[in-house]
Amino acid sequence: MFGYYLDLALRSLKRNKVLTTLMVLSLALGIGASITTLTVFRLLSGDPLPQKSAQLFYPQLDPYPKDQPFSRSDKMPWLMTYADAMNLMHARKATRQAAMAMTQAKVTPSTAGQKPFFSDGVMTTADFFAMFDAPFRYGGGWSAADDDNRMPVAVIAGFLNDKLFGGTDSVGRSIRINEHDFRIVGVLDHWAPQPRFYGLRLGGHDYGTGDAVFMPLQTARADGMTPQVTLSFGSSDSTKLETAPSIWLGVWVQLSGAADAAAYRTFLGNYAAQQVTLGRFQRPRVSLSGLMQWLADQRVVPDDVRLQTGLAFGFLLICVVNTVGLLLAKCLRRSREIGVRRALGASRGAIFAQFMVEAAIVGLAGGVLGLGFAELGLLGIRHQPAEYASLAHLDIGMFLFTFVVAVLASLIAGLLPAWRASLLAPAPQLKAA
Amino acid sequence: MRLHPTLSALRQHKAGVLLIVLQIALTLAIVCNAIFVIGQRIERMNRPTGTVEDGLIRISQSWFGAPAGDDAASVEKLDALQRTDLATLRNLPDVQDVAASTSMPLQGMIYSGTLSLNAQQTGVAVSAAYYYGDEHLRPTLGVRLIAGRDFRADEILHRTLTGEAAPSVIIVSKPVAGKLFPDGDALGKTVYQDGKPATIVGIVERLQTPTTAKWGSAWDYNSVLEPIRVDGASASYAVRARPGREQAAMREARKALLAVDPLRVMPDSWGIQSLSQIRDKIYRADRGMALMMAAVCLILVVVTAAGIAGLTSFWVGQRRKQIGVRRALGARRIDILRHFQVENLLIAGGGVLLGVVLALALNLWLMTHYEMARLPLPYVGIGVLAMLVIGQAAVFMPARRASHVPPVVATRAA
Repeated sequence: MFGYYLDLALRSLKRNKVLTTLMVLSLALGIGASITTLTVFRLLSGDPLPQKSAQLFYPQLDPYPKDQPFSRSDKMPWLMTYADAMNLMHARKATRQAAMAMTQAKVTPSTAGQKPFFSDGVMTTADFFAMFDAPFRYGGGWSAADDDNRMPVAVIAGFLNDKLFGGTDSVGRSIRINEHDFRIVGVLDHWAPQPRFYGLRLGGHDYGTGDAVFMPLQTARADGMTPQVTLSFGSSDSTKLETAPSIWLGVWVQLSGAADAAAYRTFLGNYAAQQVTLGRFQRPRVSLSGLMQWLADQRVVPDDVRLQTGLAFGFLLICVVNTVGLLLAKCLRRSREIGVRRALGASRGAIFAQFMVEAAIVGLAGGVLGLGFAELGLLGIRHQPAEYASLAHLDIGMFLFTFVVAVLASLIAGLLPAWRASLLAPAPQLKAA
Repeated sequence: MRLHPTLSALRQHKAGVLLIVLQIALTLAIVCNAIFVIGQRIERMNRPTGTVEDGLIRISQSWFGAPAGDDAASVEKLDALQRTDLATLRNLPDVQDVAASTSMPLQGMIYSGTLSLNAQQTGVAVSAAYYYGDEHLRPTLGVRLIAGRDFRADEILHRTLTGEAAPSVIIVSKPVAGKLFPDGDALGKTVYQDGKPATIVGIVERLQTPTTAKWGSAWDYNSVLEPIRVDGASASYAVRARPGREQAAMREARKALLAVDPLRVMPDSWGIQSLSQIRDKIYRADRGMALMMAAVCLILVVVTAAGIAGLTSFWVGQRRKQIGVRRALGARRIDILRHFQVENLLIAGGGVLLGVVLALALNLWLMTHYEMARLPLPYVGIGVLAMLVIGQAAVFMPARRASHVPPVVATRAA
């Protein structure tokens, strides 16, 4: 039976080539646009560390004076002062904790003739690598003792190791950063969480290839490296960031469950209250956000991308409405054919099935073409200057999703026309003929 | 014109009519808002910086093995390096003027602070971007001085960014002067920059801050020129090329600076760029968004027009016999043509009515979820008109075909 419907549908579609093309094309454009933007949206709003994100939390304190708040809309300050970050580090109330700031690191290759270049540097503390599950190709991270002793040690990214040492095991060799020598203790495997959640609000980019060098915070600071973002409150001496009224560090903590998180929040609250008593803080409020919550609150997905995704789905809706209209007109015009088939014994269900098959064929064709449009769209996005551009690829999930959307959209579009067709009474149609 | 036959014909096609109405309404809602977004982006991209952009170049570089700058002697060494570079650039044949300059409009690198009327920073507080530079900065940027004077060479300090020395004189942009002194008597007054006093010796007409980001949009033309040459391992310069010699000046500058220090870091991507390149880069996302919106609008309109044309031609085919009867009973060709045109006008009218409501609702939703302004009514009006015209254009071909149906059809079997 299905074969027969298929044959009927193909004949009917062939009879009106222009209209069939129009239906398929409009459906394909709608699907292509929505899949392109949805792929980008998913890429940008994804979980950067799926296996760990539930355990990672971002604490915030408010050291700002009451009459000079951090934000007009009363948001919590994004970053922490050095004093607070170090107090949280030394309290060791979480399973793991790390403070971090981004810096522009000038790397000078040891080979003569190679010019120095800037790369993205992270100044952080020992727990960083274990807490974020950063995989090592060679060696490992540094220890808390290295932090305290301001040891000149560094972890470098795989791509930097490839560039400087041709991919060989460089652990133990030295790297010159901002005119100081650091001993390499570890080389990372490819590691670039998208979005780069730990660098949010610390400057630099939110997406991309990942950072190149990682150094102990105190060592890097002693060597004169400066954070990319410094926000100051109060106007006292700001020459020394460690003691200045400035926020410039992000702190992450690892907590194993809800109970731990509640306990840590209590600890933070007590800490802030204590700082108020000491006169360092004026407001005792604190916040502790989970990783995904933090990303959502900071609106890491650009508004333009949200807007484009919305627009694409509006576009798809119009395309579906368009296809419904054309299918409907088409089927109503064939009332005579339906009348004949009904008179010859076809049931209502059979007519309904026949029209649904026709709609599904339009949908499948739209899906295939839509996939082509989506690939074209993503190709266009990869040529955009955005930092996430190179990551925009259609994955298997999206590939399948395209077909589900296409066939579903066309079946929905076919529902009304098929229903109307199956309701036609045979006699008047035959008589009119 | 009698509407009766048209209306009763429409009643026969409720579902089809409803679908076209819906499609026109959705198209209008989306196209209105999209065109509004495009308009806003274009307006944003056309904002003036206040500088003479043609021939303005920014150089940003970092010396090889620069001194640390942590004591007075090494700060002097850094300053000497910078003065050598400035003198080198000044001697180039295609360079008209050159200045030490930390920031440049649109470029993104911003230093900012708060200006107030007393040391305790109570009362009026004005956020502003600080443009550190020397006495050549204002003329090099080409910013128009509307009151007071430029910095004198002996007023220029030099220090590292975190250094203590505070300037005694500043030049402010008109909005800063206006906010601090609404009576227009800012010139010669003392203001406090993050608590430190300085006298306003000049006012410039307009100077955009270096950032185009949302957080700085509330004070996007609040700028202050600071008479400080900032010393550090990196330094940036503003260069004014002789008229029409921008490209030549950029090539010369690269060659001359690398001759002074061949190992300095001055990459192609951001080392030496003209302001027009910087402008191009910073607004690329806005331009991309506007182009994408425009493409979607165009496709939407085409799809809707094709949908209307397609549906109407089906109706024409379906009603050949009725048309024949009407013609046989004396209707002229023009009457048949009119019939379909009026029919479309009624449908499109319903569509745009619903569409206006949807467009305003969509705009309201966008206003609550994104930073979007209220949709001005002219946009809606133009959208309505455009949809009606597109409807008429789409229906013309099938309607013409209908008007050519001969009366004899009435006598034949369908």
